Amino acid sequence: MFSLIGPDGTVRDRLPITLEEMRGLYADMVEARTYDHKCMAMQRQGRLATYAPFEGQEAAQIGAAAALRPDDWVAGTYRDAALMWRAGYPWRLLIAGRTGDERGGQPPEGVNVLPPSITVGGHMIHAVGLAWAESLKGTDRVALTSFGDGATSEGDFHEAMNFAAVFNTPTVFLCQNNGFAISLPRAEQTLSESIASKADGYGMAGAQVDGNDVAAVLCVVRDALETARSGGGPTLIEAVTYRVGPHTTSDDPTRYRDEDETAGWRERDPLERVRLLLDRAGGWTQEWQTELEEVASRRIEEAVAEAEALPQPTVEEMIRRMYEEPTGPLRAQLDEAGQ
Amino acid sequence: MSEVTLAQALNGALDTALEADERVILLGEDIGRTGGVFRITDGLQEKHGEHRVFDTPVAESGIVGAAFGMAIAGLRPVAEIQFLGFSYPAYDQIINHVARIRNRSNHRFTAPLVIRVPFGGGIGAAEHHSESTEAIYAHIPGLKVVVPSTPSDARGLLLAAIEDPDPVLFLEPIRLYRAVKEEVAELYYTTDIGPVRVEREGGDITLISWGAMIKETRAAASLLEEAGTSVEVLDLRTLSPLDHDGIVASAKKTGRVVVVHEAPRTGGLGAEIAAVIQEQALYSLLAPVRRVTGLDTVFPLKRSEAHYLPSVDRIVKAAEETLEG
Repeated sequence: MFSLIGPDGTVRDRLPITLEEMRGLYADMVEARTYDHKCMAMQRQGRLATYAPFEGQEAAQIGAAAALRPDDWVAGTYRDAALMWRAGYPWRLLIAGRTGDERGGQPPEGVNVLPPSITVGGHMIHAVGLAWAESLKGTDRVALTSFGDGATSEGDFHEAMNFAAVFNTPTVFLCQNNGFAISLPRAEQTLSESIASKADGYGMAGAQVDGNDVAAVLCVVRDALETARSGGGPTLIEAVTYRVGPHTTSDDPTRYRDEDETAGWRERDPLERVRLLLDRAGGWTQEWQTELEEVASRRIEEAVAEAEALPQPTVEEMIRRMYEEPTGPLRAQLDEAGQ
Repeated sequence: MSEVTLAQALNGALDTALEADERVILLGEDIGRTGGVFRITDGLQEKHGEHRVFDTPVAESGIVGAAFGMAIAGLRPVAEIQFLGFSYPAYDQIINHVARIRNRSNHRFTAPLVIRVPFGGGIGAAEHHSESTEAIYAHIPGLKVVVPSTPSDARGLLLAAIEDPDPVLFLEPIRLYRAVKEEVAELYYTTDIGPVRVEREGGDITLISWGAMIKETRAAASLLEEAGTSVEVLDLRTLSPLDHDGIVASAKKTGRVVVVHEAPRTGGLGAEIAAVIQEQALYSLLAPVRRVTGLDTVFPLKRSEAHYLPSVDRIVKAAEETLEG
């Protein structure tokens, strides 16, 4: 498994990332965790629908997104808010989506990040089609798709991997193996030695990386994107990480896992190791930490306020979202529902 | 103008679309080298190249899912699924993604793709090769479902489907592929998705059908005409969105309606059509709306096909009862 920064913040190899870049990645992870905690709190207050936290997976998501070019495609899941945000999707829209508003699914023009897929696994093939189209159009855009360990058991994982390999599409498959698919542990999901090794069966490159090591994830994803961009085909990356929170706000993880295990993973926290590294290199102070947290909180609060200030959606907007032009039956239903 | 079959008209439409719009690409199983199981894409890979017409691995969900991604990225993919009975592995992609991305992204991303699928029975095929499950697709918001029954409609509707900004499931009646011939303009033209085609105008009774059953419906209409009845025949052509106005106008005009479809009766589109008529034309009706349909059975194998398929006799009988009622 490829890694660069150990849980204690020591660098295992030469770090191909500048101190300033590391500070930026750390700041992004702090902001992402602030968002995650805020959403958990808001869900408890009844202000958000079900929320799927990503705590513990910040490095996998921020590291991967930091490797992308701004015009690359991203197709992720309901647990990928940090990835989507770092790829350009504003917090206010991610929050709007979770308040139960379809307008949250509309990223700004130029941000090629699809709204999250809620069904498991069906979106991986979309990244194959997106990437395939870009190569047919003659651009060098790449598509990255993110999914969990559970999704690799879906039939669509097989179809997506196979199509990507056969048609040599510039697609990067990022599996965040976070240990559990709701309650099912990774060991019962597949008997493969690793998820990365599944790439072999498709004639595709595979790589396993410490998913709690933001520098290692950034490097591995950057290499895979470069390979894809230069016509070298797709890669399957397994980022080994852990979901320290519940599957969603409706889940009770004490029913299926040992809290000692979770505590062990908290020791391998993706943020703390970077903080230790930066501290040792003279790139971290308590004042800076406080400032980061204040800035993050302010940004998230502003995003929440904007999301909550969206006007009540109308039945007309709902009907108009089905087709470019409403059909005859829908126009009739608008009259009926509008009265 | 030249006389072509429905299959040739579809081939010509795809050829024209590939020629006219560089965003159009075709993908599916065996559509390149062999021209597809029904030869609808015959010669197109040779003519337009392997970068426009793709033979894919055997994976319906993969075909539709990849086409969906391509459509979002700005291409106009036309995917072929070999038989409607093979479309179900792609059902998840169709109903959960293709039909929903406009809604999910509030119009930011759209999926202007066409999924072409041969459908219907009557050719003595193996199990799963004769399905008429169009109602399960017509039920899905965000999707359009189109069924041509003539060569000129096949060309115009397919070109319209490819131009359409929303996803279209394009059902092709297998039994009519080579059973009908018609003069078709070789021009680029489109036929509007939505409006019914009035195949024959009449005043006493309306027969409504689509796809392959148009053939039996037409024959029944001729017999009824010979017996002195003035019959109006509507070819629905678009199953979603349904042309309420076209259906209701004819029901009001004749006051008597028989719906003919090959699909099983329960939950079939005949029920929806009858409901629309009773909601909007009840006081013009002179008799209950009748349905002549396939049975609520699995589509049978060759030796029992005649038991299942609505026959000309069954349609005539239902029409006569409706005329009496």
